[in-house]
Amino acid sequence: MIGVGRAKQNLNVVDRPLGKGKSEVSLSAFAFLFSELVQYNQGKVENIAELEHRLEEAGFGVGIRMLELLCHRDKANRRETRVLGILSFVHSTVWKSLFGKVADSLEKGTEHEDEYMISEKELLVNRFVSVPGGMGGFNCGTFVAGIVKGVLDGAGFPARVTAHFVAVEGQARPRTTILIKFAEEVVQRDARLA
Amino acid sequence: MAAIIFNLFVINKSGGLIFYKDYGTQGRLDTNDSLRLASLWHSMHAISKELSPVNGCNGIEVLEADTFELHCFQALTGMAQKIFVAAEPGTPGIDSLLKTVYELYTDYVLKNPFYEVEMPIRCELWDLNLALAVRRDGKTGLTGR
Repeated sequence: MIGVGRAKQNLNVVDRPLGKGKSEVSLSAFAFLFSELVQYNQGKVENIAELEHRLEEAGFGVGIRMLELLCHRDKANRRETRVLGILSFVHSTVWKSLFGKVADSLEKGTEHEDEYMISEKELLVNRFVSVPGGMGGFNCGTFVAGIVKGVLDGAGFPARVTAHFVAVEGQARPRTTILIKFAEEVVQRDARLA
Repeated sequence: MAAIIFNLFVINKSGGLIFYKDYGTQGRLDTNDSLRLASLWHSMHAISKELSPVNGCNGIEVLEADTFELHCFQALTGMAQKIFVAAEPGTPGIDSLLKTVYELYTDYVLKNPFYEVEMPIRCELWDLNLALAVRRDGKTGLTGR
């Protein structure tokens, strides 16, 4: 029988040890893959809202897995229970592992207690994307918003996460802001823990 | 010596014009004229491949005239997209400019999910970066990159 002699190497994929992983992937390869992802979804939807939703779903799956992986690789193996803790985890660790750098800024919303914003001068996924005028404000950064949502949801902080373009003076291209709006229960829980 | 580019064309596989930019002071070519010029060049390029006495010819690379030079660049991938530039005679660095434009094309046009291949190019990032590249190599007379 084929494979009898190699039973030891033929481990089930979930039994194999989690490696360190390749820290770098070709940007062009990713850009083409992402472009294809967007085009594939574009062909299946009727309107822009659905396209955004699909991109977010795609990112969600990535986010959940990233959370598990990063927590596993992190030596301390701690679980974040505070809002600020999980946010700074997203802002530095997740960003560093995905994009090779920490996010540009993390801000607390001034108008509402439950809103936070992560800003980036130019999202990596948007580097080669020019949205035609007819799409009106559509941002492929919704994929990244989905990733953040996945991470937050997986960690027990349900939230609504969206990506927006924010025009900046003196810059030709607008900045991208990921807006995170936590659910009621999260805010209350955090207040209780404080 | 100042390097002046007159205009830049990008044509698709079937010879249709997908991008045309005019940098000269002579005034813009009429849309129809530019389309005609593009298909003319496409056919001439194809014919020259057949006419060549040397085997393995890839078509016209440079056309020299009294008042201008026309440089053509064709991608190795055989997609038959051509980028060609009409410039002042004796302008240095056109070849590297064409290669740069090709890089910009692969980056900002081909990686853009909203661009359909063979269609006219309408990408903001492409326009932006092209303006930077040609302003550097074209009008400002920067020698070498």
